[in-house]
Amino acid sequence: MPETSKALQPINFHITRYNPETDSAPCVKTYIIPVREGMTVLDGLHYIKDNLDSTLAWRYSCRMGICGSCGMLLNGRPGLACNTQILHIADANLTVAPLPNFEIIRDLVPDLWTMFDKHLSVKPYIFRADEAEINDPAGEFYQSPEQLESYLQFTYCIKCGCCMAACPTLATDVRYLGPMPLTAAQRYNADTRDEGRRERNALTGASTGALRCHYAGECSRACPKGVDPARALQLLKRRLVLDYLHLARRATPCKKLLGPGQGKLLPDIAAAPKRTVEPGEKPQAGVVR
Amino acid sequence: MAEIKRYDNRLGIWGWLGGGRWGVERYSYILHRITGLGILFYFLLHIVVTSLRAKGIYLWAGRGFLHQPIFEFGEYLVFAAFAYHACNGIRLVLVELGFAVGKPIEPVYPYKTSLNVQRPLLVCMMILTLVFLAAGGYSALTK
Amino acid sequence: MNGTKYWTWHMAAGVVILFLLGLHMLIMHLGATTHWFAPYNGESVSVQNSLFRDGTLFFTVTYVLLLGVALYHGLYGLRTMLFELTLKPAIEKTITVVLVVVGLGLFGLGTWAAVAAHGIALAGARG
Repeated sequence: MPETSKALQPINFHITRYNPETDSAPCVKTYIIPVREGMTVLDGLHYIKDNLDSTLAWRYSCRMGICGSCGMLLNGRPGLACNTQILHIADANLTVAPLPNFEIIRDLVPDLWTMFDKHLSVKPYIFRADEAEINDPAGEFYQSPEQLESYLQFTYCIKCGCCMAACPTLATDVRYLGPMPLTAAQRYNADTRDEGRRERNALTGASTGALRCHYAGECSRACPKGVDPARALQLLKRRLVLDYLHLARRATPCKKLLGPGQGKLLPDIAAAPKRTVEPGEKPQAGVVR
Repeated sequence: MAEIKRYDNRLGIWGWLGGGRWGVERYSYILHRITGLGILFYFLLHIVVTSLRAKGIYLWAGRGFLHQPIFEFGEYLVFAAFAYHACNGIRLVLVELGFAVGKPIEPVYPYKTSLNVQRPLLVCMMILTLVFLAAGGYSALTK
Repeated sequence: MNGTKYWTWHMAAGVVILFLLGLHMLIMHLGATTHWFAPYNGESVSVQNSLFRDGTLFFTVTYVLLLGVALYHGLYGLRTMLFELTLKPAIEKTITVVLVVVGLGLFGLGTWAAVAAHGIALAGARG
């Protein structure tokens, strides 16, 4: 493994600061911090808070690119602070700003509720006509690997908001649902277990839905998890047009497995071990498990 | 809890024109809008001017009013705008109906997105646009 | 699903314009050399060649068709761009009404001119 350099390099962090109680508009403050190879932007922010300015505010949690809390505008491009190494994107100057297209609460903290409200509005859950079946299922759904692959990519979304920040339509159109909610809608529409496509179409097929996307592609370029919202949105549009023209193929309902032994057994799967306790039988006292 | 004062951080029109560094698809989207507006503006005037032929007025024929260099150049610009808008439009019809974006895949870093899948189509359309621009330019210059 | 309906027609209109306007461009810009629908000498946009085309039913019909789809495609595109600016509902309604009136008005003007020119061309050919 190549040796990482331990040399420290001074990097100027130009950070957007905004205190709603004292400032009328955001301003940029510069901090010089010593950066070693391998340090992430999040490490830099921690250094500032610990050593230079304890009033700096930002969101973070997992620091490993899975919670989606630390979305920021880094040198003009939306990204996660925790998985962006400083020296990968900056030589001497790094600008850190809050995600655009959201209101700023303070410093680097955007108000993500508009995104979450839009997400909730597209019913991002498995929706079945028979509610009793959801609450009291009689068996499990069978889904083939091919059926899973038709929506799996869109399940990797961590709701960080980077795609929403990158979208040119959201820059001016407040009512546009945006890449993240629409990708969630496509994720559920494509899931064979779901029956809620027609309900979602009312929202996603409206003029502020998927049709406001014009394939600028910035959402897919900004996404830190490879979700490819642009692809999801075009597939969603395709389905909307087919539904409007009544050309959509009738979806085959997801098969239910009502007991063991009904699914297709894959080869090379070892047989289940023998039961140690028969159904209805009480285990023997004193037996160590 | 007291209402926290928020600052509206929308990029506005600057978001259309730029707000960071963009990919070529975003530039093509911006140019598609600009050419669309240009063609529409020309078209609305074109309807009025060509409707005058019903009154026997042919402003574009022979030594008519429209045979001035500025209008001839403007005509080439409209042709160029149409060539780009049409070729990019073909790409958009294919992409937005889901034909050129590829199937969903398991994301493995470094991520390959639908932008990579439709990039060859974009390049072909841009080459086609340049061919039309050259043909139109040759036709305009040798008129 | 109104949005989907208008957008689908917008795309369909775009495809129709591709062919009709492409043909229009070919005739207008290459007619002097190819003499497609421009049998008289000189430019393809000369008065005689224009009258020739206006006199044919094919051109009258296709001109009106191209006018209709191009007005719809262009004005709906403009409406989409304007509506992305988060305007008040009253302003949005006004924009829709203005664009519909302008569109129908120009369609009426263009159709009248095409039919009138068709009549003039036929009268000229006969007389």
